[in-house]
Amino acid sequence: MYTQGLNSIDKIAAPDGEQAERFQARIDADDRIEPNDWMPEQYRRTLVRQISQHAHSEIVGMLPEGNWITRAPSLRRKAALLAKVQDEGGHGLYLYAAAETLGVSREELIDQLLSGRAKYSSIFNYPTLTWADIGAIGWLVDGAAIMNQIPLCRCSYGPYARAMIRVCKEESFHQRQGYEIMLTLSRGTPEQKEMAQDALNRWWWPCLMMFGPPDGESQHSDTSMRWKIKRFSNDGLRQKFVDATVPQAHFLGLTIPDPTLHFDEAGGHWVYGEIDWDEFRRVLAGDGPCNRERLAVRRKAHEDGAWVREAALAYAAKRSAATRQKAA
Amino acid sequence: MATTSIQVAETPLVRLALQRADDALVLGHRLSEWCGHAPVLEEDIALANLALDLIGQARELYALAGEAEGAGHDEDQLAYLRNERAYRNLLLLEQPNGDFALTIARQFLYAAFIDPWWRATLHATHPGLAAIAAKAEKETAYHLRHSAEWLIRLGDGTPESHRRAQEALDRLWPYTGEMFEPAEATLVADGVCADPPGLRETWNATVDAVLAQATLQRPKDGWMQTGGRAGRHTEHLGPLLAELQYMQRVLPGAVW
Repeated sequence: MYTQGLNSIDKIAAPDGEQAERFQARIDADDRIEPNDWMPEQYRRTLVRQISQHAHSEIVGMLPEGNWITRAPSLRRKAALLAKVQDEGGHGLYLYAAAETLGVSREELIDQLLSGRAKYSSIFNYPTLTWADIGAIGWLVDGAAIMNQIPLCRCSYGPYARAMIRVCKEESFHQRQGYEIMLTLSRGTPEQKEMAQDALNRWWWPCLMMFGPPDGESQHSDTSMRWKIKRFSNDGLRQKFVDATVPQAHFLGLTIPDPTLHFDEAGGHWVYGEIDWDEFRRVLAGDGPCNRERLAVRRKAHEDGAWVREAALAYAAKRSAATRQKAA
Repeated sequence: MATTSIQVAETPLVRLALQRADDALVLGHRLSEWCGHAPVLEEDIALANLALDLIGQARELYALAGEAEGAGHDEDQLAYLRNERAYRNLLLLEQPNGDFALTIARQFLYAAFIDPWWRATLHATHPGLAAIAAKAEKETAYHLRHSAEWLIRLGDGTPESHRRAQEALDRLWPYTGEMFEPAEATLVADGVCADPPGLRETWNATVDAVLAQATLQRPKDGWMQTGGRAGRHTEHLGPLLAELQYMQRVLPGAVW
């Protein structure tokens, strides 16, 4: 689904030297950096952090939506939701594989997630309370994800950029699906419409926070930009999302929960109100409505599955021993 | 005003389609409960895949049942608006997931039966059912392979996985007899579907071969539980349907 625009918080010092210059020249020429190419250590570390945050977000993101698979209101919706959550798992898998090309293992990364050292997108620490939340997540959360991820298809690191192309195609489909759920609800009974408005009310502001802290607070994004790991600023992407989404809400006949929202004719943009950055920091620090719950569920799945993974390894070892014996 | 529950006029063909549809939906529901909670990411994806196949089969079978009944019931009415006592699925398939070994054993025991059943139904005289069989047979062949591979890994893995796999088999075994209850005589006579008792040997051969590779013991055939086809279920189906049918029951008649 999505990684938070947090990479800019990472402290990045630009490397010096001839090798670094050659590296920068390749990036400036829009060359893709591949796993076996030389790269500055900071570039590698930043990418590992960003890709793994993204992978963790996909995996944790399976939980809030997974909450509604067994209760989806029709068989068609059930199948679509299950397929969508399955896609998120697939995205997690590609992204862990992309991170592995940078010399870390999936096990290490999962360990970082489960021990609470790694971050994932704060949006998944909010609960899915009604069926309309499934529509709102597809429409808004995946919509925000797409804004952020399309530029990543041109990220300087080849494996990440290529993974993003497929991820983006699937996310676009999810977004349309989410919007279609919202459209059905907003054209439905009064209870359904109320459900849709309530979901928009609860998801709007957390979605704006998904783009990360305001540009003024991102002191280190210059290097990320120069390395083409990041191509647009947090605020720039956020504005693009608001401009695309407000007319969609109007088409649904729903109200954006922001009394100050207005269109600035001169600038050609929708101007939105103050984002509650205290809430953002609180959720990121671990005090969102579901942070503990999400990690506890992931840990439980991991611990409950330990004997299965051990069995698979033991079986594989027996098989290869038997094959070796046969060959000898 | 919207109806809360529907009554279905069950002819033998309608009943057959509902049996197979309920089997697929109930097992698909159970598998979908794993999504996000599986032992490895690859299994989150694989179990969701199996669940999607089964939910897809259920939809086609409900559509067939609705058409055969001719009372205008669609797939969602048939899935969401029948009570526990009207559900016709096998008791085996409503059993809770338990640990991964139980889920895999349940899948294997069923797939070893339903895959040859679909294959035998490829040539059914009912074109709608034969068309569903053509797709379902490919899917269940994969379900069988996937679950057999895991059962072998678990049986021949570690002492713990062996113990869990054996316990799962022992626990589920009394529910396997119900799969082989005869189909209605008119359906078999008209060549609409394969008769389950005729598949027992195939099933035995598959099960014995896989259990041997898995170093697991085949449980002894004792008393076999029955009742699912007549709507007499275990206590596990009620809560499953309460969850599955929740939205349609809370807001009856809404379009989703």
